[in-house]
Amino acid sequence: MINKMKDQIEQIKVTSIEEVKNAKDLRELNDLKVKYLGKKGELTSVLRGMKDLSAEERPVIGGLVNKVRDELNELFDSKEKELEEAELAKKLEEEKIDVTLPANKPKRGSKHPLNRVIEEIEDLFVSMGYDVVDGPELETDEYCFERLNLPKGHPARDMQDSFYITTEHLLRTQTSAVQARVMMANEEKSPIRVIVPGKTYRREDDATHSHQFNQVEGLVIDEGITLAHLKGTLEVFMRKLLGEKTQLRFRPSYFPFTEPSYEVDVSCFKCGGKGCNLCKQTGWIELLGAGMVHPNVLKMNGYDPEKYSGFAFGTGLDRLAMFKYGITDMRYLYRNDVRFLTQFDQLDR
Amino acid sequence: MKLSLNFVKDYIDLPEDLTVEQIAEDMTNHSSEYDEAGKLINATNLIIGEVIECEAHPDSDHLHVCKVNIGKEVLNIVCGAPNVRKGLKVIVAQVGAKLPEITIKKGMIRGQESNGMMCSMLELGLESKFVDEVDKTGIHELPTDAPVGEDPIKYIGLDDEVIDFELTANRGDLLSILGMAYELGAIYNKPVKDIDLAHKENNEDINDSFKVVVNTENCSLFTAKKVKNVVIKESPEFIKSRLIASGIRPINNVVDISNYVMLETGQPLHFYDADKLDGMLEVRMAQNGEKLTTLDEVERTLHDENIVISDGKRAIGLAGVMGGLDTEITDSTKNIIIESAIFDGVKVRKTSKELVRSEASNRFEKGLDPNRTYMAQERACALLEKYADAEVVGGIAKYDTTNKEDKKIEVKFKEINQILGLNIPDEEILEIFTRLGFTYEKKEDGAIVSVPTRRIDINIKEDINEEVGRIYGVNNIEGILPALPMRRGSFDKTTREIRNKMIGMGLNETLSYVLVGENEAKMFDTSDTESIKLLDPMSEDRNTLRNSILPSLLNIYKYNEARYNKDVSLFEIAKTFYKKGEEFGEEQHLAVLMSGEYYQGIGTSKNVDFYIIKGIAEEILDYLGYKNRYSFVTDNSKIAKEFHPGQSAVISVNNDAVGSIGKVHPSLANDVFVMEINLDKLLAKKVGKMKFKEISKFPSVNKDLAIVVDKNLQAQEIEKQIKKIGGSTLTEIKPFDIYTGKGIDEDKKSIAFNLVFSDSTKTLNDEEINGILNKIIDGLQKSLNATIRN
Repeated sequence: MINKMKDQIEQIKVTSIEEVKNAKDLRELNDLKVKYLGKKGELTSVLRGMKDLSAEERPVIGGLVNKVRDELNELFDSKEKELEEAELAKKLEEEKIDVTLPANKPKRGSKHPLNRVIEEIEDLFVSMGYDVVDGPELETDEYCFERLNLPKGHPARDMQDSFYITTEHLLRTQTSAVQARVMMANEEKSPIRVIVPGKTYRREDDATHSHQFNQVEGLVIDEGITLAHLKGTLEVFMRKLLGEKTQLRFRPSYFPFTEPSYEVDVSCFKCGGKGCNLCKQTGWIELLGAGMVHPNVLKMNGYDPEKYSGFAFGTGLDRLAMFKYGITDMRYLYRNDVRFLTQFDQLDR
Repeated sequence: MKLSLNFVKDYIDLPEDLTVEQIAEDMTNHSSEYDEAGKLINATNLIIGEVIECEAHPDSDHLHVCKVNIGKEVLNIVCGAPNVRKGLKVIVAQVGAKLPEITIKKGMIRGQESNGMMCSMLELGLESKFVDEVDKTGIHELPTDAPVGEDPIKYIGLDDEVIDFELTANRGDLLSILGMAYELGAIYNKPVKDIDLAHKENNEDINDSFKVVVNTENCSLFTAKKVKNVVIKESPEFIKSRLIASGIRPINNVVDISNYVMLETGQPLHFYDADKLDGMLEVRMAQNGEKLTTLDEVERTLHDENIVISDGKRAIGLAGVMGGLDTEITDSTKNIIIESAIFDGVKVRKTSKELVRSEASNRFEKGLDPNRTYMAQERACALLEKYADAEVVGGIAKYDTTNKEDKKIEVKFKEINQILGLNIPDEEILEIFTRLGFTYEKKEDGAIVSVPTRRIDINIKEDINEEVGRIYGVNNIEGILPALPMRRGSFDKTTREIRNKMIGMGLNETLSYVLVGENEAKMFDTSDTESIKLLDPMSEDRNTLRNSILPSLLNIYKYNEARYNKDVSLFEIAKTFYKKGEEFGEEQHLAVLMSGEYYQGIGTSKNVDFYIIKGIAEEILDYLGYKNRYSFVTDNSKIAKEFHPGQSAVISVNNDAVGSIGKVHPSLANDVFVMEINLDKLLAKKVGKMKFKEISKFPSVNKDLAIVVDKNLQAQEIEKQIKKIGGSTLTEIKPFDIYTGKGIDEDKKSIAFNLVFSDSTKTLNDEEINGILNKIIDGLQKSLNATIRN
């Protein structure tokens, strides 16, 4: 009896090992587990026959069954792991994709080169404690000219052919118009440090002049402001935009709202001042107008010229943007060809 | 201002080794910038020759084969000029000569050797207005006594160097050789020589037979002198060549002298034929409609802002601008009245801008020195006596209200150095005054400077400071940053952040013109404002300020479409303009235009439709903090006709319209979607601060609800009702499916919502949720006639 049972157990062990080995998937393996180790499984039913055994024999068979069950459990576990891994591998293989296919995404945006330059300038001056302010583009004659020491009939008005709307209203010809606004708006007449980037308009249109263009104006008013401060500030400004080696040259000039007035050249960043096509062989590129705020302008806008002095500067941004990105024709800036715009799609670094 | 170096050297000795380029550079650094600097005649390798043989070319009907003696050798030259002939003295460009257009090489012309070229003045680069007919058709003919082998340019007196300055509006004093001499004198520390005014005058007094009357406040100084018995002839060589170098065409000795004196002194003169006057000159304002034919033979109609010179009866000259034809100097003129005067610059400027610009008006506009007005009279008399055999009548007829004293301006050394940021010793500052030709009275801490009347631009101490700075050399100033209190600049970055957000969503930023055509300006705009037109536009297609950015974007779209750039997603932030009643206004707008593919990728590419651009609008509104406070409202009374009436909406925030969105009307463009938001109006609406809200510890419950409603009922309306009934436990509501067709009545649609319920204090049970759901269903049935879809 006991030997017959031992044989039976051995037989179960041999066939089950064989079947487990051949199991193809987790489902088949699970079926086998039920078949051999389940409540109604073959090994359990062997135990049921133990009631016919003697008290001495029972532990022998019980021990044997437990040993085989442990062995089988271990076998099932390892086979299960093996099958799981195989199935995962198969699944991963099936999920393989071509990573070189194009991405799914919205079109790529881009920032206009002119605004890129404006932002760079804003950041620089904000870091030096300047406020960034804005003013109307549709200005009055008073703010655009008269409060800047340019009365009606002044010959310097010829420098800026204007788009008038009425005899008293025009599109601002210069961001300098905001100078007077800032001074007038400051009720305490306290020190001023501002830049004004924005659109300006003049009645001219050719290959190098657009009737609409952009300027940035700078104005500092405080006690003891000197020409040397203007020079130092413009050096920082131009070197940030055009490179640390940039040199400045001041040439006497005339603007009714500054005294003294200068036109400021920068050393040609293309040839380094040796002379090239860009600088017309002069080594210099004219870039800014600047000067010390005229005492009449201070007075007219409520500042005491005996107490305060100041400097102001202005520069055209269209050319700066062209220089910075190597844009060959100013008209590209306003044509808005998508093939132009999309070139400015990355971080300025 | 073209400065002839030969001319200015009459008044100043410049350092010998100075080149014209160096002078131009020094002037640029200390005074005024220049356009061009160089020789008047740029051609090289020229020599005077004599044609000693001149035979017709065997193989040509117009060429000649010539032998030309140039002193050191005899050249064989083939020449095509009709006036070439034996015995003629000519200008020969030798082999290797560089002329403006060509370089001369050895060559064969139809089989005949040619070793040089005989030239006309035109070929040497002289402007055509200075060239006579002979030179225009043939070669230049030198006088018979021209010395063979010499430099022809020197011989004809055009060996000059010229700097063309760009003068600023304040430096009218530099519109004269004398002014330039003072400027160069200050830079190089050289004295300016006196001008020769010496002449004889006869015993008569002009005031016995002639008077001047001024009947307007626009003339501060008017003088007249008379000369008799002038002989009109060609001017001497030096006058002609200096006029040419200065850009003025020589006419005859008398006319040339008036121009020459103007160039020297800066004071424009006018010469009248005295015999055509009636013993007087009057200055007055023109009458409206008064007619005058000027020297250029144009009849001009005047008005009461034009200053005129009258002979007592009628206008005979446009003061400061141009003389009249009737009283001009002719070949038969014998006696001359010389006018030297100062007219109001603003009036002259207006008149010359309206009618005609001239060398004279340019000088009047910038202001004149009354002392020079007299000097110019004397100088003209001296030259007329010398070069036109004139007899100068004694005395001067005048009207004079001017101040001819030096201006006294007190300056402080400390202030000068302070504003310049320099440390110039007092003595050096005083030396600069001397170099400038200013006298001074030294004070303890400064000086009282006497500024001569020629420097009309110097009126206040700041002007003197500037003089010191520029003569000292502003490039010697060391730049430093002002030591200002540390602070962070104030800067509203909202616009920039909106720009960055738009770019992040895949849009390309544009920059367009604010000026558009009149019929474009109000497109896409339904506000009750007008657009603003320019008084004097440059062209019809840019004569009005735009009320909306969208017409510009639409033009940009069309520009790109024509170039096969079909996928465009554009945005721009810019000002728009309007007129309301008599008030002008401007507003910052954000405009978007999208067309073609937006999402890219295989299987996922998607063309722009209304819901994509609506997504852009919602993203920007959410980002700016207006979440749950905006709606898209169909209201055709507020939607511009440029929109598709069935695919457009007003964007409303806090129930106030801030913009519009939709498809562009198919009559304007195909499948183009746009939106525009008034940023000034939008950003004025306050938003709360971002604030953390406790996350509910209890699970939320999702329910779907599908109802059948009227086909035209908008989802937003249903949502509103659901929200009202759902109360605070209904935290999210989102339509996710729309169905029409089989199983649904034709005038109905099925719409399904996903509802999320949650409560921060407890877990909601089925009973509670079903209770709310049933209330919602009941409510929708009552208010919207909705039924549950099974």
